Amino acid sequence: MRQLLKDGQVIDNTWHRVEAELDAEQKTLPSGDILVPLSMWQNNQPALENHIGAVGLWINGNEEIEAIADSMADSIATVPLIAINFPKFVDGRGFSVARLLRDRYGYQGELRAVGQIIRDQLFLLKRCGFNAFQFESEIDLAEAAKSLADFSEAYQVAADQPEPLFKRR
Amino acid sequence: MYRYDQYDQTLVDERVAQYRDQTQRYLAGNISEEEFLPLRLQNGLYVQRLAPMLRIAVPYGLLSSQQIRKLAHISRKYDKGYVHFTTRQNIQLNWPKLEEVPDILAELATVEMHAIQTSGNCIRNTTTDQYAGVAADEIEDPRPWCEIIRQWSTVHPEFAFLPRKFKIAVCGSEEDRAAFLLHDIGIQLVTNDQGESGFHIFVGGGLGRTPVIASSIREFLPKQHLLTYLDAILRVYNRYGNRDNKYKARIKILVRAWTAEVFAERVESEWAHLKDGPATLTGEEIERMKSFFTMPDYRVVDAGALDSQLQQTAEQSKAFARWLERNTRTQKQAGYRSVSLSLKPAGVAPGDVTDQQLETIADLADRFSFGELRSTHNQNIVLTDVLVSELFELWELARAAGLATPNIGTINDMICCPGGDYCSLANAKSIPVAEAIQRKFDDLDYVYDLGDIELNISGCMNACGHHHVGHIGILGVDKKGEEWYQIQIGGSASKDAALAKVLGPSLSRDAVTGSIEKLLDVYVENRLEGETFLAAYQRIGIDKFKERVYAPTA
Repeated sequence: MRQLLKDGQVIDNTWHRVEAELDAEQKTLPSGDILVPLSMWQNNQPALENHIGAVGLWINGNEEIEAIADSMADSIATVPLIAINFPKFVDGRGFSVARLLRDRYGYQGELRAVGQIIRDQLFLLKRCGFNAFQFESEIDLAEAAKSLADFSEAYQVAADQPEPLFKRR
Repeated sequence: MYRYDQYDQTLVDERVAQYRDQTQRYLAGNISEEEFLPLRLQNGLYVQRLAPMLRIAVPYGLLSSQQIRKLAHISRKYDKGYVHFTTRQNIQLNWPKLEEVPDILAELATVEMHAIQTSGNCIRNTTTDQYAGVAADEIEDPRPWCEIIRQWSTVHPEFAFLPRKFKIAVCGSEEDRAAFLLHDIGIQLVTNDQGESGFHIFVGGGLGRTPVIASSIREFLPKQHLLTYLDAILRVYNRYGNRDNKYKARIKILVRAWTAEVFAERVESEWAHLKDGPATLTGEEIERMKSFFTMPDYRVVDAGALDSQLQQTAEQSKAFARWLERNTRTQKQAGYRSVSLSLKPAGVAPGDVTDQQLETIADLADRFSFGELRSTHNQNIVLTDVLVSELFELWELARAAGLATPNIGTINDMICCPGGDYCSLANAKSIPVAEAIQRKFDDLDYVYDLGDIELNISGCMNACGHHHVGHIGILGVDKKGEEWYQIQIGGSASKDAALAKVLGPSLSRDAVTGSIEKLLDVYVENRLEGETFLAAYQRIGIDKFKERVYAPTA
């Protein structure tokens, strides 16, 4: 069981990612809390509703979160966990998706950055609304957590700061 | 000029600490080469052909004498005693040690400077007109807006890992001296029918492998909406720009693929969510920024008397008269002029200055231009607000320091990238080509008779030397391992922006200077009274030039 950083603490990961497209007739979902891809979320709602355990959403930075958020604006708030995958750490699309979820759709649950993120992105990821970080590589999480506080102030409005610096100076 | 408060200073200090820690972890083997790459780039550090290169930000080209003295000190202590001014108004050190870069950044922070986002796939230094605040044709001073953009773009949480680099320029005048149509975003200050000022927004311009002139996406943006609108553009680009092929990753490719109309619609629909949000600028913030860019304490002078005195002085010294004509420019403030210190004497790489020259420049700025100076995208230095009666003295001092070559705007004032002598991307050397041209055209009367000519040299198709928009452009190409040069003509970086056309097959380095001479001969033979090289080309077309350069030798 891999560990992750959540709200600044090192914790165990209890979620299982469901990778393949589920064929509802033949396969069963793994037990426990699961993270499912966007396509499964859209196409297999009955199976997911019957699942015993929590169901979270796993999306890639290039996926259009609008596709589901607009159609379930009320219920997105009830999703316990949304994981945004970074296929490469230099692929910054996930930063925008996170901000859309927090700022536009008012998502309040756990927002987890997964994949090839690096420690030195933590401050920026946190500002965009991520509160959990699951690294693909083995790193010292407690040590890495220091990077969450690389800066004590920032100029811009973001998920962690509703007012720009120019209104607070 | 803008001065840091405790927030700005803390941010820059914390950035130094962050990068010091990153450098230490890299040197200890705890950060891979691949992961360190964007971290060092976003702190200005490239690894070049011979050594690392550190690019220091000069926000919109504005510098104080104190900052220049610090740069002179840094160049002595950490480098080889000279610095290079770039075409983005920034400064480069060519020989810093990777492990000393955190110390250099810490020294810069003591004079309110940094190297944040001077490289990498992020929002780069915002550039503008070197005559901001003093240009007679100015609609509004662009610098408060540049500083607003600088702060918004600095460590922006969402846009630090864009598909590709991203450059913004602001133009506040009738004539364009910022080449704003050749930027990812070009912002033009305009006034609407009701007399309110705002911005005309262009996107998708750029040089590089695929040169494109920017397209208009919004003719009038009220000023309070600047940052929310920029957020909308950047968000659309961040999400939909190409990330598979770095040569197709600039915003210009996305704008072209979607068309400017569709791109504008996407931005507008994103902006609908952000408009009037918390990042909307307040009148108070706009006024606060403007308060940093007030005019100096001008003396009340009899401008007419000063001018006639100046003419008398000029009549007594031909050398001074030449410099006065080429290297100074009138301002909207009567009795004052702006002076260009040329960084293009023959035999020196264009844009290079020594530590001693930097000290002199700082002294000149203190003595003649209220302690401020500007770097230009043509790689020179401008001192504004010089009292007309002090020009002669300034000229003598500048001349003694090798900073008064009277060649501004002439063929010898070329834009030139570092080229194959320094850059690992270059296909060919560019500095020796520049030098050969300056040596060839050393007859000042001939050079002045040619008038304004922009000659731009790039050592490869990445176009750091802006060859696409030179009236004459020279591009270094690799031909089976040998350095060859393609000549282009008819480009322009001003408001009538145009991309140059390729003249014909590339030439060996030996043949470049002779070919430039032939182009100039065709111009001199065909020009009408008062017609510039560019205007003559636009009238007579490319054929006559081409025929002359490629005519079989007798």
